[in-house]
Amino acid sequence: MHTHDTHEQHGHGESELGNRYISEHYYYVDIAPYPTTPWGKFSRALKRTLRGELFVGLWVVLREMFKFDIHTVQYPKEKLLVGPRYRAVHAMQRLFESGTERCIGCGLCEKICISNCIRMETRLDEKSRKEVSEYTINLGRCIFCGYCAEVCPELAIVHGPRYENVSEQRAHYIDYAGMLTPIDMAISGEQKEFDGFGAVTPHEDARVKQTPLAY
Amino acid sequence: MDMAFIIETVVKIVVILLVFSALAGFGTYFERKVLAFMQRRLGPMHVGPYGLLQIAADGIKLFTKEDIIPQNVVKPIFQIAPVITAATAFMAAAAIPFMPSFTIGDYTVHPIVADINIGILYILGVMGAGLYGPLLGGLASANKWSLISTARAAAIFISYEVITGLSILAPLMMVGSLSLIDFNTYQAGGIGNWIVWSQPVAFILFVIAGFAETGRTPFHLVANDHEIIDGFGTEYSGMRWGLFFIGEYANMFFISFVTAILFLGGYGDGSLLGALGLLLKVSFLFFFFLWTRAAWPDVRPDQLMWLCWKVLMPIAVINIVITGIVMMV
Repeated sequence: MHTHDTHEQHGHGESELGNRYISEHYYYVDIAPYPTTPWGKFSRALKRTLRGELFVGLWVVLREMFKFDIHTVQYPKEKLLVGPRYRAVHAMQRLFESGTERCIGCGLCEKICISNCIRMETRLDEKSRKEVSEYTINLGRCIFCGYCAEVCPELAIVHGPRYENVSEQRAHYIDYAGMLTPIDMAISGEQKEFDGFGAVTPHEDARVKQTPLAY
Repeated sequence: MDMAFIIETVVKIVVILLVFSALAGFGTYFERKVLAFMQRRLGPMHVGPYGLLQIAADGIKLFTKEDIIPQNVVKPIFQIAPVITAATAFMAAAAIPFMPSFTIGDYTVHPIVADINIGILYILGVMGAGLYGPLLGGLASANKWSLISTARAAAIFISYEVITGLSILAPLMMVGSLSLIDFNTYQAGGIGNWIVWSQPVAFILFVIAGFAETGRTPFHLVANDHEIIDGFGTEYSGMRWGLFFIGEYANMFFISFVTAILFLGGYGDGSLLGALGLLLKVSFLFFFFLWTRAAWPDVRPDQLMWLCWKVLMPIAVINIVITGIVMMV
């Protein structure tokens, strides 16, 4: 193996690397001895001059120019997709078809929030069902840790893909209406199911272990 | 003096000023695009189609910006320094034949402002005087980065004047004239007559010295962004900074013209094809300036001085001696 050969050449044993975690693929680069004689210095300068490394550099950039393999994303016009596990501004999901808010007002997100930016007020509605009367997330305080989405039993509060959250007013950072899926989108089924943090994974059924009825 | 001559000269001066100021602007666009493509980027794209109007946007910005004179600077010198850079760059253009002579009706136009018989000496002298731009600008700026840049500029420009002069000396001995038009007629026979074939060493030395004289990338120590900010330009803004910029780009174009005329056959026999050929050569040399910027790292100041005095100058002297021996034998 190359690694061990180089180690032996340079007299570095396992002892020097000690217990540090160093990848097996690491190896010591050979450094040519520094010339001390005038002739040595002269021949090194000559070698470096005539080796043509400068032309290799020129060729590489010219090749890239003609390949025209451009990696620029023209940002306001083009946007990169963020991964499903990306934790951007929250979204509040609704139930499909009925359009009722999924949030049952359990208060777990408020409880777990480590930066204390979620605040909710709940009450009983006329059918004695718990409903959320007031729900705010102070996005100026939020550290986007994702605990709220993970703890939510109803997949109501999730992290959306909206990462452009600039605003002129601090008040705009507490915009519940903006997070909530519009009702027409929920009814028509346009609401995207969240597959990120805390969501049910696609192959969850196979992994579920049945609980025996009797212990 | 003949009235027609005066009018012709004034028209030529105005045309050269306008064309090369505009070309300096286009030069920045090409530089940004070429560098971008070589680095897998797109470059300016937003102003106009393919970012073409970026030049206009930059121009408007530079012209309308507030003219800031910082505290503690030596005001008159600070103000005049960028003008020296731009002025010397354009003054050097006076002795460059940009195109072969052509006739409008029965009037023959020589596209050179002044066909003086010491053309090369004049160009080198005026470009050498261009040192006063960075020198005075940096000294007057009351800024330590500018001061370092000034010291470097003085060292580099004065040192590399030697290389420029010595490297041209050998071709000069062959042609026997200092006029660029004589240089052109000497090489008018075709590609085989180009001086670059008989004086390849002088050509390489001259190109290297040209990079140093214009302060382009392998020798970009005068305004090395990562260590001395923008060097002598750090305290400048608006149009005064723009003048430094125009001067640098005009210098690049003029050095490309001079190199093409001295070594690469100029406009050849003076036909339309020859004129196009000259433009092609100049474009390639200008592209080479940008190309090296994308490909090569900068050298250290001490390496630059080492290269000048211990490598290039001895080679230039040996080249002159060998040329002399070959000519005598």
